Amino acid sequence: MTLAEKILARASGRSRVAPDEIVVADVDLAMSHENADLVRKAFLEIGVPRVWDPEKIVIIFDHRIPAESEKTAATHKAVREFVRQQGIRHFYDVGRGGICHQVLAENGHVQPGMVVVGTDSHTTTHGAFGAFATGIGATEMAGVWVEGRLWFKVPSTLRIEVEGEFAPWVSAKDLILYIIGRLGAAGADYRAVEFDGSAIRRMTIASRMVLCNLSMEMGAKVAFTPVMEIAPDADARYERVLHINLDYDLPEPQIACPHSVDHVRPVSALGEIPVHQAVLGSCTNGRLEDLEIAASILRGRRVHPQTRLIVIPASQRVCLDAMRLGYLETLIEAGAIVNPPGCGPCVGVHQGILAAGEVCISSTNRNFIGRMGSKDSFVYLSSPAVVAASAVAGRIVHPEIVMAKEDAHV
Amino acid sequence: MSDASSILCGRVAAVLGPNIDTDIIYPGRYLNITDREKTAEHLFELAYPEIRSKLRPGDFIVAAANFGCGSSREQAAAALKFSGCGAVIAASFARIFYRNAINLGLPAIVSPSAHLECSEGDELEIDLAGGLIRNLSRNLSIAAAPLDPRAIELIRSGGLIPYLKAKYASAPAAG
Repeated sequence: MTLAEKILARASGRSRVAPDEIVVADVDLAMSHENADLVRKAFLEIGVPRVWDPEKIVIIFDHRIPAESEKTAATHKAVREFVRQQGIRHFYDVGRGGICHQVLAENGHVQPGMVVVGTDSHTTTHGAFGAFATGIGATEMAGVWVEGRLWFKVPSTLRIEVEGEFAPWVSAKDLILYIIGRLGAAGADYRAVEFDGSAIRRMTIASRMVLCNLSMEMGAKVAFTPVMEIAPDADARYERVLHINLDYDLPEPQIACPHSVDHVRPVSALGEIPVHQAVLGSCTNGRLEDLEIAASILRGRRVHPQTRLIVIPASQRVCLDAMRLGYLETLIEAGAIVNPPGCGPCVGVHQGILAAGEVCISSTNRNFIGRMGSKDSFVYLSSPAVVAASAVAGRIVHPEIVMAKEDAHV
Repeated sequence: MSDASSILCGRVAAVLGPNIDTDIIYPGRYLNITDREKTAEHLFELAYPEIRSKLRPGDFIVAAANFGCGSSREQAAAALKFSGCGAVIAASFARIFYRNAINLGLPAIVSPSAHLECSEGDELEIDLAGGLIRNLSRNLSIAAAPLDPRAIELIRSGGLIPYLKAKYASAPAAG
């Protein structure tokens, strides 16, 4: 069996499962962010007095923190009260956590082999820890809060084996953008994705999280990178196996152009694209290694006068570590503004909204029409290195162009 | 197992292309609206605002592949449902949107070719259980995947909330 099949078999009390079967699986962890308020409302409508297991529910505020409006403040308040009433211990309020996927990971909530559901589409991120982790809606989560289980169609699995060495300035983000560009926005729809190969096994956990996070953007139900504790069977059946060799397939950074995540081009094919805003952060790329590479590019340089750089550490812990290591100092000296940990402009609700006609280079995960503000703005997705270099250059560039120049402005 | 209660009749309000994402259906800026009915005010607001005024109760939205890709926000399905949309027919759906639609009692019907064989204004008859769409305006039969009996049961209940409410009706009221 594949990893997805193994985990669903265990969670549904079966010895074997096969693709397209429907199983009812026990949920090990149920995560929500601010939409816990929608879940709460649906739960109360159902009329069951207590959640099935308050220890298995985690609630993390991240989409609108600190509250940007009275409306949000009221929903935050309602969730806090519900959390207290229900005895939900794993609650991360403003200033105590950060972006949900990062906070779950940092606090050891996710273990290999778990079934994790979250009311956030990027819950696939937790496949980096060997969990069957997938996004669901708020009403469905209310059902989980009542019953502690959920039906799943067993997905078929797409295996992606990656060998070779990353070229300078090319990273996990470029790899997954390349794969999404090749397979398309629906290329892994309803499917599990297993990443493996020597290049994946050399990657940091943070980089593996990038692959699993963005697999959602090609429709994946779940994604996995290898862990010690659970492995697919040697005779596991795959719908398709894709081989990628970084040496040949990925010579340079990749950019997802407006307005679709699968509209991917190598950076050298883009031409001259001036950027008004650069965003470094999100559940995709707001981790310490992302801030580190940005700081290495911006050290001794300045953000271009026509460009603003917004940096959003993924969590309180990332923020604190980046501060202690001097990354934030470097970024601020270069002219960046550092926002509190959270989702901010990625979800298009606060802290860096785009005006009509503006162009943004962003380390986030979606470039849909109007995603980060005006429907007439343009979002290009890239790695943190390209975001940082483009912030210096004032246009989308390969980082080597910025690093080759002594002068601050290129 | 076709019967009258799984037949829908209505008009095509719009035919859309592929990859209609959740931000197009319901912009992120309105995510803090938690009244499901109120989500209807922002349906397709940024990219296709005209659809909202065209949509009459029971009308269908028809689309190409990967409808509802992107966010897990169920406001996307809610906005369609509370705008009066009777069903969404698409060549394929992104999985979270699909589950959200069924859980809110909005039929989501997979038909590989409906977007090629329907135009705005066409009258359709959809047999949910039988997996068949009749385009009455063009006198065409269009293949569709039969809706899973579990999904039909949820839709008949009005969605997951009424379904679970009935299931747990004997439980004491929430305190």
